Amino acid sequence: MIFSELYSVYYNAVAKILSLAVKGEADEKALHHIISQYAFSESMLTILPSLREEKWQLLKSDMTTPLRHEPTMPLTTLEKRWLKSLSLDERIRLFDLPFEGLDDVEPLFTPDDYVIYDRYCDGDPYDSDEYIKIFRTVLEAVRQKHPLKICAYNRRGNVMVLNVLPSRLEYSEKDDKFRLIFTGCRHADTINLSRIISCRIPDEEIRLSCEPVPREKRTLTLRVRDERNALERAMLHFAHFEKQAERLDEKHYTMRINYDRADETEMVIRVLGFGPLVEVIEPQSFRELIIERLKKQKSCGLK
Amino acid sequence: MSSYSELVKNFEKVRTYMRDFYVYGLKSRSEYDKKSARSYDDERRRIESWLGEHMGYTRTTDGKNMFISIDSRICAHNPLYRSLKARSFTDKDITLHFILFDILSSPDISLTLSEILCRMDDYLGCFESPMMFDESTVRKKLGEYIREGIIVGTKQGRTMLYSRSETVDISCDTDAVHFFSETAPCGVVGSFLLDKLPLHSDNIFFKHHYITSALDSDVLASLFDAMHRKCEIAAVNTARHTSGTKTLNLVPLRIFISVQSGRQHLLAYQPHSKNFGSFRLDYLSDVKIGQCCAEFDHLRSQLDHCMQYMWGVNCRNNESRLEHVEFTIRVEDGEEHIVHRLEREKRIGTVEKIDDKHYRFLADVYDTSELIPWIRTFICRITKLDFSDRTTENRLRRDIGEMYKMYGIDGGDTA
Repeated sequence: MIFSELYSVYYNAVAKILSLAVKGEADEKALHHIISQYAFSESMLTILPSLREEKWQLLKSDMTTPLRHEPTMPLTTLEKRWLKSLSLDERIRLFDLPFEGLDDVEPLFTPDDYVIYDRYCDGDPYDSDEYIKIFRTVLEAVRQKHPLKICAYNRRGNVMVLNVLPSRLEYSEKDDKFRLIFTGCRHADTINLSRIISCRIPDEEIRLSCEPVPREKRTLTLRVRDERNALERAMLHFAHFEKQAERLDEKHYTMRINYDRADETEMVIRVLGFGPLVEVIEPQSFRELIIERLKKQKSCGLK
Repeated sequence: MSSYSELVKNFEKVRTYMRDFYVYGLKSRSEYDKKSARSYDDERRRIESWLGEHMGYTRTTDGKNMFISIDSRICAHNPLYRSLKARSFTDKDITLHFILFDILSSPDISLTLSEILCRMDDYLGCFESPMMFDESTVRKKLGEYIREGIIVGTKQGRTMLYSRSETVDISCDTDAVHFFSETAPCGVVGSFLLDKLPLHSDNIFFKHHYITSALDSDVLASLFDAMHRKCEIAAVNTARHTSGTKTLNLVPLRIFISVQSGRQHLLAYQPHSKNFGSFRLDYLSDVKIGQCCAEFDHLRSQLDHCMQYMWGVNCRNNESRLEHVEFTIRVEDGEEHIVHRLEREKRIGTVEKIDDKHYRFLADVYDTSELIPWIRTFICRITKLDFSDRTTENRLRRDIGEMYKMYGIDGGDTA
């Protein structure tokens, strides 16, 4: 259903090559560029000879093609059905995606066909017109690399005004929240969109205060004891980080995870979730954070 | 002996390797004993070709351990999708594909098979040894494309006329297609669409982003299709520890997705045992859609009812065996965010304020053990545990005691 040559990088790369050939712009250099940009690292070894040796009879030796039109392919039923499914997603209102030509198409899935059971329940208000307006303004500023004047609530609930240079939007599936990542502000580099009261792309020139502060990366070393399927659970749970694992013996493994220093508290909580099956080895400062929590727990007089 | 190609006909062959390299990255070449060493070398070389920059290896006494390491927070596009764009094809497939769509260059053009064959000669005549296509090959390809929805076949009397399908314009909001390609089920389809659009800058990135599910896209799409048709399925299930396989007959009812582990489960009715069961998608393969299930709507509403007692994916469909879970936490002044945490993470449970400093979580569930990892995240403030499943409660207490010992905190007892 999904694994089809119609979607393959080869078909896409060849379509791009033939587009150039139709326009009379194909040459060796352009072919190399297209294949290295759109196909795999070893594709050059197949695509070029196949075209040159006329195994694929699409490009002549003089780099012209018998095709008369730039290659295009209509959307497949699968693609249309997937698009139709998006029209049923509550987040679709954030965007401007028309669903013309899909009236008679059955969705591939509906919200009733799946459930995300461990998502936090205080996600962004996708049905709020105010929120949608803010989202679209922020996205436009990100697209155009325009400064943005933001009025928002801080963590203490006080109103603040920020002049920022938007860098990108970041969405967390677990939190179901969008954040704006930005530079140009001394006090912060991230804000949750749901905290923004209003924002605008200013007509006037605004002052942006400082250079971006690079994010501090840290490496956490954990020892996993493979009981109660802990190895698989830990590997999957931390799979979205850059990580490396090593077997120590039949039952024990080490895992090195690169994480963002700003997310340390969240990491502590996530490690605690594995109980005694995952032990923090390094850094000592992280180990101390776990010890501190355990000492506090000890003082709770658990009944 | 067949020569190596970076493309594959059967994705299943490479799916397990990809998962092992990405999730674990622990096995050496000699441990991939299911296939021959040559097969391992071929699969490794393919995956390196698809994902080169994300692959690495460690040297151990057992040899080289290959792994895939991806920080999905800085990759705006799931790199594993590339593996689903590596299907092999024949020389005739690709030649015919581009010629057919050039002949049928707009939806207004409708041609018979013989007209198409006749025009094909114009395309192939300029090559030194022109490829020969017989009528049945072209008819078969057109039939395949009709099933894919990219060609329309219309009967005119006894003659079939072929034309290309009307297209749908999606070029106006690339960010939308990109966003859903990473967050919606079967997101790889969005990635296929993006491949058709002009290059664009990436404006949206993703945090806590699990990408392994990409490898299960085909299974997931087939399950959605079966649910849409309200049909039973037969699927091969691989046992987690023994790697033995078994064909299961199931009524697929809903997909349960975790955004905290990336795991996807199928919740299905098992006609054989008359029970609900959950099945990891990464262990399912070869899904075949069977006959329609007249009970589908009824079974799904039964599952809806059960969901009020499901913390995760375990479902017993038997309320007489519900388990009660209760725990209390201490919240100090200035720690209101902890109460917010309880509220936003409580799922099917409820939260009660006992006094200014204490809050209680309560839930009735099918399986207490599913809550344990979450409860452990409150270590440092748990003041009371009260589970009807005493075995699980005692295990949690022992776990805490073991952590005290592990980190050198005196005693090791939980009190």
